[in-house]
Amino acid sequence: MMLLHTRALFHWITESASKLKALFFMRRGWLAGLMGAFVSSSAWADWTVNMTEGVTAVSRSIYSLHMIIFIICVVIGVLVFGVMFYSILVHRKSKGAVPQQFHESTVVEILWTTVPFLILVGMAIPATKTLIDIYNTDESEIDIKITGYQWKWQYEYVGEGVSFFSTLSTPREQIQNSRIKNPNYLLEVDEPLVLPVGKKVRFLVTAADVIHSWWVPAFAVKRDAIPGFINEAWTNIDRPGIYRGQCAELCGKDHGFMPIVVDVRSEEDYEKWLVERKESAAQERMILEEDWPMARLMTKGKQVYGKVCAACHQVNGQGMPPIFPALKGADVAVNKTRVGDHVDILMNGIKGTAMQSFANQLNEAEIAAVITYERNAWGNKTGEMVTPKEILEYKKSGKYTPDPDNKTVTPFVNTNQAGL
Amino acid sequence: MTAVTDTSHHEDHHHGPAKGLMRWVLTTNHKDIGSMYLWFSFAMFLTGGAMAMVIRAELFQPGLQIIEPAFFNQMTTMHGLIMVFGAVMPAFVGLANWMIPMMIGAPDMALPRMNNWSFWILPFAALMLISTLFMEGGGPNFGWTFYAPLSTDFSPPSTTFFIFAIHMLGISSIMGAINIIATILNLRAPGMTMMKMPLFVWTWLITAYLLIAVMPVLAGAVTMMLMDIHFGTSFFNAGGGGDPVLFQHIFWFFGHPEVYIMILPSFGIVSAILPTFARKPLFGYTSMVYAVASIAFLSFIVWAHHMFTVGIPLVGELFFMYATMLIAVPTGVKVFNWVSTMFRGSMTFETPMLFSIAFVVLFTIGGFSGLMLSIAPADFQYHDTYFVVAHFHYVLVPGAIFAIFAAAYYWLPKWTGHMYDETLGKTHFWLSFIGMNLTFFPMHFIGLAGMPRRIPDYALQFADFNMIASIGGFMFGATQFLFLFIVIKCIRGGEKVGDNPWETDGLEWSVPSPAPYHTFTTPPDVK
Repeated sequence: MMLLHTRALFHWITESASKLKALFFMRRGWLAGLMGAFVSSSAWADWTVNMTEGVTAVSRSIYSLHMIIFIICVVIGVLVFGVMFYSILVHRKSKGAVPQQFHESTVVEILWTTVPFLILVGMAIPATKTLIDIYNTDESEIDIKITGYQWKWQYEYVGEGVSFFSTLSTPREQIQNSRIKNPNYLLEVDEPLVLPVGKKVRFLVTAADVIHSWWVPAFAVKRDAIPGFINEAWTNIDRPGIYRGQCAELCGKDHGFMPIVVDVRSEEDYEKWLVERKESAAQERMILEEDWPMARLMTKGKQVYGKVCAACHQVNGQGMPPIFPALKGADVAVNKTRVGDHVDILMNGIKGTAMQSFANQLNEAEIAAVITYERNAWGNKTGEMVTPKEILEYKKSGKYTPDPDNKTVTPFVNTNQAGL
Repeated sequence: MTAVTDTSHHEDHHHGPAKGLMRWVLTTNHKDIGSMYLWFSFAMFLTGGAMAMVIRAELFQPGLQIIEPAFFNQMTTMHGLIMVFGAVMPAFVGLANWMIPMMIGAPDMALPRMNNWSFWILPFAALMLISTLFMEGGGPNFGWTFYAPLSTDFSPPSTTFFIFAIHMLGISSIMGAINIIATILNLRAPGMTMMKMPLFVWTWLITAYLLIAVMPVLAGAVTMMLMDIHFGTSFFNAGGGGDPVLFQHIFWFFGHPEVYIMILPSFGIVSAILPTFARKPLFGYTSMVYAVASIAFLSFIVWAHHMFTVGIPLVGELFFMYATMLIAVPTGVKVFNWVSTMFRGSMTFETPMLFSIAFVVLFTIGGFSGLMLSIAPADFQYHDTYFVVAHFHYVLVPGAIFAIFAAAYYWLPKWTGHMYDETLGKTHFWLSFIGMNLTFFPMHFIGLAGMPRRIPDYALQFADFNMIASIGGFMFGATQFLFLFIVIKCIRGGEKVGDNPWETDGLEWSVPSPAPYHTFTTPPDVK
């Protein structure tokens, strides 16, 4: 009975909300005109004023909790402010109101203590049910380990041997306003998390550096990613589609630039994708067997640098000292005797700083390429080259040993080192 | 805001204020110190406000226009810290200094020399905090909640100065609180029993206990940070056996009572002003006292509602949800009492009354969103979005700051002996009211639509509401210069007022206006 009433109320609220929205849109004529003077990008903006229902059972029950508590607040607000504004309008001196002198009443005091208390008890019951549901991570069919990094996400399909990083793909030019922004500006990634519909998916959430928070509003999943701890969450998605979210815990400079995109597919499509993804992972490993001349390393290196290093060390290699040191002219990047240190830092990171370990984030070719690039870009003209094979060797032995086949190291004459 | 000219009062012949700068450096007079606190707090309000303007300017449009993300984070962090520790808390201590001795019939604060010291620590702590912005690597950039390990292993070198500044601010607050407790418990005039004290005194007494209980906890948190940064400990580093979540527990054990520290004195102010302008006694005085005490007690057992998404166990989650929901009960009692005070009164709407009514309405809206946030499952969607930003700005701006404005207008005639300019006061109110709502109301919408907080750039669907919020923010910010003008105008002159311009009760209205340098050197007779 009570539930029916609330449903009807929802309906009414949603209806009114959409009417209100229509009204807003009508008014947008002049509003947009007014704003057009400042901005052109508002063409994509909208006037969403409420939480969305989402695409999971949990997100829907959270939405209804949200609406119930909202309606309770509105009703109480209307009553309390109603009495207040009535008094303000009627009981004013200018209208000749004579002040009463009453100043207490035990009966009303008891009434307005107990009634809110009972309302709260009524509210706590459905909230508790939903919370118990959220905490039940048993019997998952798929496990995904999510690791937050400054400033990207890593997804690992536990037991499937598939693991990849997902980083913002919005071009810098759009953020710097030198190009028109995409409709999915800041909410797009190079490689989304792919999930099937109708399966219970468990997320194992952790972080590698600082605390992040993995949030997709459409699933109503928000879990903090805490370094050293693993949090659990789960979802079971109804409808295929692309769902977008963002990191929800301040995690440093580019906190606003580590979105989450989930591509939800039918079960067959998901299985197909998983098989393909495994194959391409195998192919990636083959890359090591290929030939990696200087020019190819530099091209690949520039690309990797732009994707993972430039956020801190900047595209021009000048960094943002002292937190993000410059690489241009840095001793470790130009001193011939310190190639090993350079590899060490990339592979292991520097403890207690924002410099993370890239040993598991990048493959051997990418690491070799980016080191080579850093040692030869922006006037760091060492002419030195680090090969994928050397990195593979490093992974086995734990230290850098130059490969005798690596021909470019010795004969290259460095013209830029004289002064250093 | 200072009462310096009075010499007619017979008790004051030998005890006028000293001359020149040293008067302010060496003063132990509660009125001088109160004025200094208030001026300091206003300066910090403008400083923190300027940072808010930078934030709103950057968020005016999507894309990065004015500042870089690294600096944006410093602005949000410093805005929060300066507003909390520099603007709101010192303003309330300033009001306490000015008003509590006059309200309870005491000649001064109980510990006048410590009073001087607790003020003079503040400007230096604030300067040190602000100076971090000019250091290599920039100022604190980890949010005013400074969660580890972002604030330890990953923080800029200036963090050490930030920690020291927090220590100093904490010491100042603790000394202020000790002084207020000592004054209220020991220096009440004969006949001024506890249950006869004005509510402002009651709320401050309870606030002072909260301060003493939690400021040392904050000091502990920053000290542990200091150890982690410089002395190789691992309190908050899982790699060394510590726990980053421990930081959040400690911080919010301080942080939740802290938010009540910033609101309870407002309750006292509004409970003084509403009866005056409704010409009717406060409804439910006793229940008001008990409600404040219950809120203060509950504030100690709800801290983890700031941490619903960190993965605390289900039972913990449920406990903190229920305890948090419970706060709605005493808070509701207070709102109902205020409305009943207005009901069947004979109201007029001078500036203090306007700010107080706005307080009741808008603080209640902030309370409603607080109730929504207390529902743990729903909090999974609200947490760390602009909905939270809207919520706490609704309780802090029209809550704490509007109450401070109301208090300033209400007691300016007592402080200066002049009536402030009513037309300008009302203009200040309406511009602040409109600007504040324009800024923060749309934040509910973009929060529910999914915009995370503390981001320098946002997806396009949030653009329109952000622009409205920015326009409102600039309006609210610019309006505050009008307040400065009104106060200076009132100090320099204006219509002379008698002892009791509002025709209300209270010992502070029994002394001349402006209040002489020394009041109640002999205790008054309290009926």
